Amino acid sequence: MAAIEILGLEKTYMVGFWRKRPKRALQPLHLTVEEGEIFGFLGPNGAGKTTTLKMLMGLVFPTAGTARILGHEWSDPEVKAQIGFLPEQPYFYDYLTAHELLEYYAQLSGVPGKERKRRVEEVLQRAGLTDIKGVQLRKFSKGMLQRAGIAQAILHNPKLVFFDEPMSGLDPLGRREVRDLMEQLKQEGKTVFFSTHILSDAEALCDRVAIIYKGELRGVGAVADLTSTVQGKVEVIWQGTRIPASMKALGAECHVTGDTVRAVLPENQQDAAIDSLRRERIRLIAITPLRTSLEAYFVEKLQHSQTTAGKIS
Amino acid sequence: MSLRMIYIASNTFREAVRDRVLYNLIAFALLLSGAAVFVGQISIDIERLVVINLGLTAVSLFGIVIAIFIGIGLVSKEIEKRTLYTVLSRPVRRWEFIVGKFLGLAGTLVVNTFFMAIGVFGALLYVSHKFSAADALILVALYFIILEFLIICSLALFFSSFSSPLLSAVFAFSLFVIGSFADDLRGFAALTHGVTRWFATAAAYLVPNFSALNVISAVAHQQPLAGRLILQNSLYALFYTAMALSSAVLIFERRNLK
Repeated sequence: MAAIEILGLEKTYMVGFWRKRPKRALQPLHLTVEEGEIFGFLGPNGAGKTTTLKMLMGLVFPTAGTARILGHEWSDPEVKAQIGFLPEQPYFYDYLTAHELLEYYAQLSGVPGKERKRRVEEVLQRAGLTDIKGVQLRKFSKGMLQRAGIAQAILHNPKLVFFDEPMSGLDPLGRREVRDLMEQLKQEGKTVFFSTHILSDAEALCDRVAIIYKGELRGVGAVADLTSTVQGKVEVIWQGTRIPASMKALGAECHVTGDTVRAVLPENQQDAAIDSLRRERIRLIAITPLRTSLEAYFVEKLQHSQTTAGKIS
Repeated sequence: MSLRMIYIASNTFREAVRDRVLYNLIAFALLLSGAAVFVGQISIDIERLVVINLGLTAVSLFGIVIAIFIGIGLVSKEIEKRTLYTVLSRPVRRWEFIVGKFLGLAGTLVVNTFFMAIGVFGALLYVSHKFSAADALILVALYFIILEFLIICSLALFFSSFSSPLLSAVFAFSLFVIGSFADDLRGFAALTHGVTRWFATAAAYLVPNFSALNVISAVAHQQPLAGRLILQNSLYALFYTAMALSSAVLIFERRNLK
């Protein structure tokens, strides 16, 4: 069973004060997320990521289309006991302490009374929030609020977790911890759907990603497929700063960085390049097939969209 | 009643307490004790009348101000601060949220009124040195004041479900003022003719009839209250509150939380 099935969800807002005119925030979106995967929903700011998440959470109503979450209609309140949600830049009741907030959310999520205290302590630990007993949320830093947000999202042991920009406001260590947490969730058999515009996070974590731009889905697929070998090229790295003439003759593009040289050349020249380096008694460090980064794929998709839009206009 | 509504109500109560809403009790205590001492010195035989009138009017006004100013922010503040997102993404129905919020504010006002009532009876004992059987009517006046709060809370919540806090405050306060003269409005409607009569009568019955809930003067003058009035006022307040809350729910159920 798919964890999420989005079937033509779309959203159009009416904007303007006197003369209302329609503004389409999301074109009909079709997307399936399988159970147990980490799925990245990528796009620049204003692309429609948050609108999609809000529709799945029932905070915003779709203009058309529907979605199924864990086999239930998106509007079924009972399915929400099985999902967790971290909104973008979360803000909570600042007169509460983190313990009180989580206790309250545990009550609303139907966590049995006997388990509440244990669950609260457990998720605070997992989110890296310690030594905060008695501290009201109004005294929390942005990063601590983000951690509290992550804790409340996983508090009731949901099967499916939605994170909207989960790394926002976190320092590098915090980002690393959240990445580890997401991987742990996957190992526990949970499905993680997260939106981000930080592509390195998506590339490091996701099984599959979708790219959305200007409310339209531009691409979807497994990260490994999207970042597959590019045009049969290899990357050769060796020690030193010397670039043999024979390497240039093979058509290598060479760049010296510190005390290493990085050369990119056609795959069919790989053996010749190794022979050349051996002859010159140069120490080879690595040879790897050149893969496109997710960022390159993302930029290509966006540029393609802009070119198409330009041609149409 | 669902447990979730109770949890939301108790969190709303906790918010009011932590936002120091109950601090108004200090101002009320100062006002009442000052008035009791002052009245005790200058009034002859009317101390009781003055203390009951002043005390119950203060209970009513303090409560109305709290009901309007907290009520208008109950929904809009949650949307503006986005605290609602992590509540409605749980198995909480929108109507449960609205009713829970209402119950929380109503509970705050009941607790507030309870402490104020102790103050009123204390001041009364101070000036009269004893209680009479007629003083039991003060409890009826306090009950009607609480009914008044329920209506105002539900109206503030209703306006807050679609309007800005400022406009909601203006609407709710205007309705309170007009509703306090509902009997006069009905009298005026009876004097008019044609379309004006139709509109005046509709307006007179649409606005909450706070004048029927105000028995402060009658209680102060120890006039008896008909048992039927208690029943009528209870049913009226229940009906009006239910209508206002249902309208708030209907609007909120369709609202996009952008």
